Amino acid sequence: MRLLKLVPADTNIKFLKLRVPFFFASVLLVAASWGLVFFNGLNLGVDFAGGQEIQATFTDSAEAPVPELRESIGAIEGVGDPVVQRFGEANQVSIRVKLPPEAEGNPAFADELTTRITGALEAGYDDIQIDAVNSVSGKVSGEFRQDAILALLAAMVAVALYIWIRFEWQFGAGALFALFHDVSLTLGLFALFQLEFSLQIIAAILAIIGYSLNDTIVVFDRIRENLKKYRKMQLPELLDLSINETLARTVMTSLTLLVALLPLLLFGPASLFGLVAAITFGLFVGTYSSVYLAAPILIWLGVTSNSFVPQESEADRQEKIARGEA
Amino acid sequence: MLDFPLWKKLMLWGITLAAVIAALPSLTNSAGIDWPDELPDPMVNLGLDLAGGSHLLLEAEVREIGAQQLENMEETVRREMRGATPRIRIGDISTRDGQLSFILSEAADIDRARGLLEPYIMGDGLTREWDLEVVDTQRMVLTPTEQGLEARIDDAMESATEVVRRRIDDLGTREPTIIRQGDTRIVVQVPGLEDPDALKDLLGQTAQLEFKLVDKDALPSNVQAGIAPPGSQIVPYAPGTGFEGQFEAVERLGGIRGDSLTNAQAGVDPQTNENVVDITFDAQGGARFAKLSTENVGERFAIILDGEVISAPYFRERILGGRAQISGSFTAESANNLAISLRSGALPVPLTVIEERTVGPDLGADSIRRGMIAMLIGSLAVIALMMATYGRFGVYATIALVFNVAMLLGIMAVLNTTLTLPGIAGFVLTVGAAVDANVLINERIREERKRGRKVVTAVETGYKEASRAIYDANITNFISAVLLGLFGSGPIRGFAVVLILGLFTSVFTALPLTRMWVAGWLRKTRPADLNI
Repeated sequence: MRLLKLVPADTNIKFLKLRVPFFFASVLLVAASWGLVFFNGLNLGVDFAGGQEIQATFTDSAEAPVPELRESIGAIEGVGDPVVQRFGEANQVSIRVKLPPEAEGNPAFADELTTRITGALEAGYDDIQIDAVNSVSGKVSGEFRQDAILALLAAMVAVALYIWIRFEWQFGAGALFALFHDVSLTLGLFALFQLEFSLQIIAAILAIIGYSLNDTIVVFDRIRENLKKYRKMQLPELLDLSINETLARTVMTSLTLLVALLPLLLFGPASLFGLVAAITFGLFVGTYSSVYLAAPILIWLGVTSNSFVPQESEADRQEKIARGEA
Repeated sequence: MLDFPLWKKLMLWGITLAAVIAALPSLTNSAGIDWPDELPDPMVNLGLDLAGGSHLLLEAEVREIGAQQLENMEETVRREMRGATPRIRIGDISTRDGQLSFILSEAADIDRARGLLEPYIMGDGLTREWDLEVVDTQRMVLTPTEQGLEARIDDAMESATEVVRRRIDDLGTREPTIIRQGDTRIVVQVPGLEDPDALKDLLGQTAQLEFKLVDKDALPSNVQAGIAPPGSQIVPYAPGTGFEGQFEAVERLGGIRGDSLTNAQAGVDPQTNENVVDITFDAQGGARFAKLSTENVGERFAIILDGEVISAPYFRERILGGRAQISGSFTAESANNLAISLRSGALPVPLTVIEERTVGPDLGADSIRRGMIAMLIGSLAVIALMMATYGRFGVYATIALVFNVAMLLGIMAVLNTTLTLPGIAGFVLTVGAAVDANVLINERIREERKRGRKVVTAVETGYKEASRAIYDANITNFISAVLLGLFGSGPIRGFAVVLILGLFTSVFTALPLTRMWVAGWLRKTRPADLNI
């Protein structure tokens, strides 16, 4: 039986030839992402903004009365501008309400509003079935925001430290930059398309950090091996060799993850769409950043073939001189 | 490489089979088959987002505890000073700014007063609960210490948790979880709850019942203007009583609290046909109620629930049996709710719902079904890709993948962890990423073969050189997943748990397990070439 070869046996693609333009493009994309996050803003879900998210099915209707709901819920006291969308099937909706400013300092407000909204829904529609209620007060959403930022920062720093310990500081810096790039672009995507940004997306980003790093580590591991093996080779050439040698694995692993995730993205529960979409997007940027950001940074940070050979310290040298060996 | 001692084989198979067997009860259960009762049945719990149910995060309003503590101390001071022989006269009592202050009429009484209050100041003798200061020789100022307040809050939260548990048990729901979280919060999880509003109504009611004498000397015009005569306080009527917007002036001290009840039942008064709650005091409360009614026959008293008057009847006669009836425009349901709340005891502190997550049972079942289908299709795609690319080695990776999923489920069952909706995504992610280890190994074997190494050496080098990157990659994944678990809550933590356990099972199945199979095959057939 002939086996499938996704990547030809001996590739010799000059990835690093274009490292400068790609690097600048990446820096631009990162800057654009942050620009979007600051100027467009993230579409914060109830987890982070506080408020209500209610999912409902109109069991005897073919279609949910979306415009009518928008109006009737908007008329409830304390509700500003509700977001009513189809969610899942045609007769299912998701209703999102952000906490109004008067909820500030009144943790009980969110719950009162929830009761008002669900009460109005149940009174107004005979065939309504409330599938899910998420109600988050301003206090809790503030804590979630804080925890999310802490978790992201802690994860990035912790894994970069681990790589520093296992490799060299240049590798840690390269990995950290690649991760920062992946996280930034994912945030930018959510700001651009105004997708709901919830706790699940934080979970997705942490998963992206983990899997993007897989690629980076595999490439780094090969670079380290080749640095010891080919002591005379120029660094750009050696990086290209390492990337080419691991290319088949990079493609194959990205592909297995992709084919596992796609069915979940297409047929999975509607509430998981954001999480899976973010991870799928992260899969692409993560693979790209391992090749085009994490590796070239090693050149600029001056990794040499001596980086993994134990260096002679000043003390060692003095000792040798004293022994008359030098 | 080829040398796999028997003990190692037995150990690997033992671990694998034990974990797989542990997954069986969960699998048969989801397929609707009964698991024999005689056998142990570790089970993966379904999170509320999959099983349906309500998750409520309650927060106590601790400011109330401080106010209560001051009020109790005020009563203590009055009682002790009055009871002293000779009586110590005090005046100008105030509880402003979180302090209790009063003036002694005779400065000479200072030491006696201090001696009387000493036991209360020291609390249980371990922590100092109050700071006592003497200002201007005659004024005593009592300030609760931080430790004292903390101890009060701690007590209040302990008993609030207990009260919440009793109330939920009274609702007759199955397997509720009630856990105190942090200093001032309680998490309530009730699976399969149909009506979360009923639950919230029940928990929203503090059920602090008080009986206080109406101040008959208060001028009605002053009362409506909210001006309280000295020693009295203004209390509004509760909504639905027919007196909304009106107030009563009641005497602040000397009333009876409803925490000395032994029973409360909803009922209907045969004469008026009104919904009422019949309450029974314990011996001490009954005696106090008898005394209050005896001394005040013909006077009005207010029945106050959670700071609102529900009715203000007259003491028509002495009430000696320790039984009383509360009326106040109840519906059958609100009378029943109040009876449950009173039976379970008053909440020592009001609770507010600051987070609610409710999922209906249909949505959860639909999520599981969709998740399972997606995972099945995804797994088949991964398996097809692995077999087409690596042939025999792909088959080993596939078998490892199947064991991986089963072991993951088994370990989750043994550790009694909870599978949540994001946890399903974690399973799918584990399936997609688990084969990465095999991909790394197989690609390395290909490379080594291409460099001309012999079959056995190539396989050996493949496993050896690939494991370094595999371990590093899994450790960094582990780090970020652990941080996710630490900071994330509820469903997100469920995602992290699956990822973390999945890392362990996939390293186990991808490295030693496939290596054992490959070694067995190599030893048996001694192939001269590898189709990889």
